[in-house]
Amino acid sequence: MDRNIDCATAINEATEQCMKKYKNVFIFGLGVPDPKGIFGTTTGLQKKFGNQRVFDMPLAENGMMGVAVGAALNGFRPIITHQRIEFALLSMEQIINQAAKWNYMTAGKQKVPLVIRMIVGKGWGQGPQHSQSLESLFGHIPGLKVVMPFSPKDTKGLLISSIEDNNPVVFIEHRWLHSIKQKVPKSYYKIKIGSGRIASKGNDISLISYSYGIFECLKASKILKEKFNISSEVVDLRTIRPLDKNIILKSAKKTKRILAVDNSWKSFGVSAEIISLITDNLKTKDIKKIARIGNVEVPCPSTRALAKDFYCNYISIVNKVLEMLGSKKKYLKKNNLNDDVPDKSFKGPF
Amino acid sequence: MNKNLNKIYSKMIRIRMIEQKIASMYAEQEMRCPVHLSIGQEAVATGVCSQLKTNDIVLSAHRAHAHYLAKGGDLKKMLSELYGKENGCVMGKGGSMHLADLSAGFYPAVPIVGSTIPIGVGVAFANKMKKNSNITCIFLGDGSTEEGVFHESLDFASLKNLNILFVCENNFYSVYSPMNVRQFENRSALNLAKSHGLQGNRGDGSSIIEVIKKTKNGINYIKKNKKPFFLEFQTYRFIEHCGPNNDDNLKYRDKSEIEKWLDKDPIKLIEKYMSKKNKKFIFEKEKIISKINLEIKKSFNYAKNSKFPSSKRLKEHLYG
Ligand SMILES: Cc1ncc(C[n+]2csc(CCOP(=O)(O)OP(=O)(O)O)c2C)c(N)n1
Ligand SMILES: [Mg+2]
Repeated sequence: MDRNIDCATAINEATEQCMKKYKNVFIFGLGVPDPKGIFGTTTGLQKKFGNQRVFDMPLAENGMMGVAVGAALNGFRPIITHQRIEFALLSMEQIINQAAKWNYMTAGKQKVPLVIRMIVGKGWGQGPQHSQSLESLFGHIPGLKVVMPFSPKDTKGLLISSIEDNNPVVFIEHRWLHSIKQKVPKSYYKIKIGSGRIASKGNDISLISYSYGIFECLKASKILKEKFNISSEVVDLRTIRPLDKNIILKSAKKTKRILAVDNSWKSFGVSAEIISLITDNLKTKDIKKIARIGNVEVPCPSTRALAKDFYCNYISIVNKVLEMLGSKKKYLKKNNLNDDVPDKSFKGPF
Repeated sequence: MNKNLNKIYSKMIRIRMIEQKIASMYAEQEMRCPVHLSIGQEAVATGVCSQLKTNDIVLSAHRAHAHYLAKGGDLKKMLSELYGKENGCVMGKGGSMHLADLSAGFYPAVPIVGSTIPIGVGVAFANKMKKNSNITCIFLGDGSTEEGVFHESLDFASLKNLNILFVCENNFYSVYSPMNVRQFENRSALNLAKSHGLQGNRGDGSSIIEVIKKTKNGINYIKKNKKPFFLEFQTYRFIEHCGPNNDDNLKYRDKSEIEKWLDKDPIKLIEKYMSKKNKKFIFEKEKIISKINLEIKKSFNYAKNSKFPSSKRLKEHLYG
């Protein structure tokens, strides 16, 4: 049975179903059982599973990450949450040196099945330390899997796969996607980590992105069709490590024009990886145009007066596509001061 | 004495009134950044900063308004920052969570919990190398004492005998999380500091008189011994962790606990004390309040009428 639910509910449901199915899954993190329940993603879980399996933690991200690793080595499947990706930075040593290496350096003797949930903030003046999309830090590391879904349906299926996975999975959510709704099956189902999907079919150009970037790509794609009669294909990667090589190359071969849309700064980013993958694998004659686009290469300012021009969005995507296709036309819409919220119901402050 | 107390009182009530005004104006949705208000915690900021000199440096974190104002930070620049304006204290680039006023000795505050603790220690370390004996005062919350850097920093401060006043504002909560889900029973930040080799003291953060007295002693100790000192004050945040509203409806704090602390409202306490000491206080209070009201009105007008930064600012300041 499918119902219309948002991403936050989908995450909550996936967690609940896994906890029912596997007694060794537990979830902890700052505010997990609190009245706001990580934007609704953990609400009600403590009531259902008790405070042994659903609990708050000290403000000690590094130590607690190590605790999660240790528990994973010793028979559990922990889920640890961070309300901002920036807070997880405190636990980088455990994630990169320990969790990511353990299986390899023990010649497969011990596995580290754990999920590290992180949330990317945006808008309402989040500013330089509460708004970064730092997926490429994790995507760089062999031994980690990095999942970054867009839709509620994918979010649920991918979270279940992440929890069942025998490796450390960095599961990155976007704050502005939590409230997006879609028909989602009630059943327990999985979506394969490392598999992308075509979010919308097209012929003239491929827009390749992930997470919140897909939202902007789909909007751009619609405008390109309606206003400029350009048919674009939107590829939702869903996972950034491992990348779905086939879906990227197939779409690139078809359209021969590729725009990689980063959810972050483009330097050393996912978009750079997409481009390299294509140029490494296709012949030059198969590629007519290839480019990437991302946020302005500065920290994200708090004030909406500057943040509005910081983000890569559907307007910049449309204009980039027009430029790539050699069109003289321009999409003249301006960034709006009040675009610092996803919709009117979003009133900050967090 | 009366004059001095009046000064302290007006500093404290000024912070309260500013914070309340921010809370009421927030609904207009023009201050578009997360705000962590200090309502209820004014006595610690005011009392501690009243014992510091302009050249002494203060560091704070996400809940920085009271510290910034008590240290002498510019009000117009602070409000302009909250409104995201060009003449905000950091040009709108930081918002409420990144206040700074170097001319007042207030270093940039940041919202990553615990991060300014070692940075403050570094500032003090540099002062020592420069043979500068000013105090560095680091405000920190009870939650931040759980972070590794808290312990690492205290050890280094002790090891190098630095002129640091650590001030832990223990308001018993980290967001909605009470102590008992974060710390073992009877864990005490002060005792931990002592284990790291510091001397220290604790006190009631509702009583500005007590805060001042204990801060004075702490600073004397630092000056005399050239060693860091740790103060822990119990205090209470009256409204929600982040945002302008009361959130008692969420019931994460006991009604009786809330009432106990509201009874000990630091503003009420000092007013009671001063009324007893000075028969004319009630009239003086009126004058103080209307003067502050005027300043607040002007400052909000200033901030609201200021310009947003122009787009060219976006790319400025990436490198020095
Ligand atoms: C490293 C890090 N983890 C988590 C957070 C989210 N967070 C912001 S404020 C806060 C509570 C801090 O509690 P405390 O230090 O006691 O200060 P208080 O808010 O009570 O003044 C938390 C958990 C953060 N900003 N930084
Ligand atoms: Mg606290």
